Amino acid sequence: MVASGQLQPEVIQRYHEVIESLGPEVLKQMLQDMHTIRAFEERAEQLYSLGKVHGTMHLSIGQEATAVGASGALRDGDYLLNHHRGHGHCLSWGSTPERMMAEFLGREAGYCRGRGGSMHIADMESNNLGANGIVAGGVPLAVGVGLSIKMRKTDQVCIVIFGDGASNEGAFHESMNMASIWNLPVIYLCENNQYAMSMPFPKAFNIKHVSERAPGYGIPGVTVDGNDPLDVYLAISDAAARARRGEGPSLVESVTYRYKGHSKSDRQAYRSRDEVAEWMEQRDPIKRFSSLLVAGGILDQAGADGMRETAMGIIDRAVEFSEASPMPDVSTILEGVYA
Amino acid sequence: MRELTYAEALREGLRQAMTADSRVFMIGEDIGVYGGAFGVSAGLLQEFGAERIIDTPISEATIAGACIGAALTGMRPVGEIQFMDFVTLTMEQMVLQAAKVRFMFGGKASVPMVLRMPGGSGTGAAAQHSESLENWFVHVPGLKVVMPSNAYEAKGLLLAAIDDDNPVIFIEHKLLYKTKGDVPEEPYRIPLGQTRVAREGQHVTVVATSVMVSRALAAAEELAKEGIELEVVDPRTLSPLDDAPIIASVKKTGRALVVHEAVQMGGFGGEIVARIASSEAFDYLEAPVRRLAGLDIPIPYNRELEYHAVPQVESIVREARKLARGEY
Repeated sequence: MVASGQLQPEVIQRYHEVIESLGPEVLKQMLQDMHTIRAFEERAEQLYSLGKVHGTMHLSIGQEATAVGASGALRDGDYLLNHHRGHGHCLSWGSTPERMMAEFLGREAGYCRGRGGSMHIADMESNNLGANGIVAGGVPLAVGVGLSIKMRKTDQVCIVIFGDGASNEGAFHESMNMASIWNLPVIYLCENNQYAMSMPFPKAFNIKHVSERAPGYGIPGVTVDGNDPLDVYLAISDAAARARRGEGPSLVESVTYRYKGHSKSDRQAYRSRDEVAEWMEQRDPIKRFSSLLVAGGILDQAGADGMRETAMGIIDRAVEFSEASPMPDVSTILEGVYA
Repeated sequence: MRELTYAEALREGLRQAMTADSRVFMIGEDIGVYGGAFGVSAGLLQEFGAERIIDTPISEATIAGACIGAALTGMRPVGEIQFMDFVTLTMEQMVLQAAKVRFMFGGKASVPMVLRMPGGSGTGAAAQHSESLENWFVHVPGLKVVMPSNAYEAKGLLLAAIDDDNPVIFIEHKLLYKTKGDVPEEPYRIPLGQTRVAREGQHVTVVATSVMVSRALAAAEELAKEGIELEVVDPRTLSPLDDAPIIASVKKTGRALVVHEAVQMGGFGGEIVARIASSEAFDYLEAPVRRLAGLDIPIPYNRELEYHAVPQVESIVREARKLARGEY
């Protein structure tokens, strides 16, 4: 929706309705959550470079708006199937930074008792059915969750989030087709961050937008500005309403950008520094949303500036909690394989 | 007692499970009007409707995925893979999702699902419709693997598999579908992880799975005429494996032959041999422990070639006789 950081009056006008309906407190919380996600990711990277993290991580810095916009449009009781770059989605879904950080640091107090790590954070109590280490691995599961909702006759929806890379897996095709023929309450959210590890979008697709595939499955597909939480919010709200009406799934493509490498060992030879700098300077989701809220009189500059500090404090406490919690006991190594 | 075929016994088990629990449903290719490629679900669509007997497009990975997603959110799905060969298309979902989520999420999720599939050769279906791939799944912690060897076993093991809170790979055999046996009408469960002794005998222990159990029993009849008594042991559940009855049997007989249809290289027989060799039964062995398995080839089309690709009654008779007589 917004191509650069300059906010035109008509853009502000277009947001008027959603800004009105969400109200200042929710909007401020959305921005705060974006700050918290970024602070979590930055701390994760720092802890890794300090040698405190055993495994890998996939950072979502630059993609915070998609997480916050999508979660904001859904309700308690809805289901989340997440992908490997999923810290932001967990946090915006309501997972606590303490237990997430504890998982990242391999502690017993982590969401998965230190058995899953960064790539597999799940919180069954909040219907967060887990992040997935396999590209498109969770996409077929969405059909089952949708069927389950339909058979139990509830008004829940399932959002399954995946990347542009996953859109080229066979599982994507099977799942979208099946959800469509049965009108399942599933929202397919493709977080297109331009690269499948090193593969740039234009080299992997002969179409401009992943959403163009939706008509092939007989469902609606839209492309939104993934660096704008309100644009994402509006599209996911529409998809959720359609799903709750029993009209079936939708595909939402959220165009965004990851600032960091694919994982811990990426030298990023496949893209230029200028390209990264342009996204960071011109299209940063936090800067843009912050400016919007200040321009709209929802937040003053001091309030905007204080949010980053608040986020850092939240993450400080998460790290303290994690470092104080015990490592798993080796005597428990066999637990949890079978029910 | 009333006789049913293996396929009828499975159908009765499915019907009873679905009647007793609204969370149980079936999903797979051509299971509705068609009744399943081997007729197991014939008539169930009329009884339970299209919402619970769900015909799918040809999308095996998502049949498995749909089972996993539904199981994670409170349902108890029974998926059908039309031929075991096609389970290869579900491997990511079964191995990396179904088997892993519980452990990976710290023991906080469960995947109560059954994936049924017919394995085995003997129908002239050649190399892509005759596989016996059970050991792939045995090698994956988090999955259970069940291979019923007759109609009675099929119903009782299926009801237990549907009750189980873990993902269960349930491997039927195409040649058994029409075989008959005594099957009680009421629902009953055969606990997963309990090996049974299918025939007692004191000379040679034959550990056999699936259709090989009936071939081993036929071989035992033959050899009994020569005064050689086979003890036929059916693990029923390959994972978890209850090895105590196998070890106890070998302690008694001192001789063991392991028979399965799957190819020998990397097959389940190697695990059984290892369990025997590393147990107290080792001291009782009077002969090497032998394996009789499928040849290490794809299943051929030609009837004669297909017949000779896997163990038959004659080859079991021959191998067991050699062991009994010390002619190995």
